Amino acid sequence: MTRKQKKLIAAISVFSVFFGIYPAANAMHIMEGYLPVSYCIAWGVLCLPFLVTGFMKIRRTLNENRRAITLLAMSGAFIFVISSLKIPSVTGSCSHMTGTGFGAILFGPCSVSILGVIVLVFQAILLAHGGLTTLGANTFSMAIAGPFVTYGIYRLCQKCRVNHMVSVFLGAALGDLFTYCVTSVQLSLAYPSEAGGITASTVKFLSVFAPTQIPLAVVEGLLTTAIVICLESFAKSELNLIGYKKEA
Amino acid sequence: METKNKKIVIALIITSILIAVIPLFALKGAAFGGSDDAGSVMVEKIHGEYTPWFAPVLETMLDGELPGEVESLIFCIQTGIGTGILAFCLGRMYERKKLSKEEEAL
Repeated sequence: MTRKQKKLIAAISVFSVFFGIYPAANAMHIMEGYLPVSYCIAWGVLCLPFLVTGFMKIRRTLNENRRAITLLAMSGAFIFVISSLKIPSVTGSCSHMTGTGFGAILFGPCSVSILGVIVLVFQAILLAHGGLTTLGANTFSMAIAGPFVTYGIYRLCQKCRVNHMVSVFLGAALGDLFTYCVTSVQLSLAYPSEAGGITASTVKFLSVFAPTQIPLAVVEGLLTTAIVICLESFAKSELNLIGYKKEA
Repeated sequence: METKNKKIVIALIITSILIAVIPLFALKGAAFGGSDDAGSVMVEKIHGEYTPWFAPVLETMLDGELPGEVESLIFCIQTGIGTGILAFCLGRMYERKKLSKEEEAL
């Protein structure tokens, strides 16, 4: 990253933190129109630094290496597939997975945020699933918070010398689950319950999302592991190019 | 691909399918609505009646909700795009590995 880029990101971060805090003074995919305007803007602005960093990271990766584009396309495609599959769960309702864990493991969490936004915009405009006004909040939960957890857990497991496949699985599954925890928190920040405030409200929303999401998180973990195994067998050279390393 | 890895991948995919399908049979008669909708129901429980302040762009243009069949069409397109790219890239890589092996053998 050049110095100019660093400065730009720092400036945007300060700007977003300032804006992010301001509305807090008064106050899985979230549905269109279900968040008050101030929250929509706050979450949107909060996403900006991550998106800009992600954009620059992707550009740098591609400049260094045109061939990395195959893997980038595959991570995006993986999100497309996985997030379009609505899967029935034990609670008797359907939900879908995020698919962002795979890209996070390969390219790091910031780059994935760009891929995630593409999918979210697609769903918001064409499917009325999620929404344009809640795009910021949804981006933050699915394309930023989730991937960061995935990446963190994956790295931690690698450090602790956990089996490689297990760490991919854990990272993807927990990242998926965390996405829905963030969604619950976002909803409860906007709708604190009368008795108990934000915490009680979070618990209520979690009780809606979490039980449905747990089996799906497991599925996401399994599928991510499967595709990582495939890539390791067929795309060793590309994986080496983007600096993805098998455990030492 | 090594045989061991092949087996793992197949096992992983079968397990995923099982996890997805079992609830369908275990909970007969459940509605299987979206959990996003369950979320908006919960908003109304906590907040009292709530009217979303912004309708999805497409619904405004159509003056109503997207028909269910068309919605599934668009979801299929999304899956299709993703699967297409994934399969194309994996196929290319698979073939490339096979070719390079053949070259070594020659």
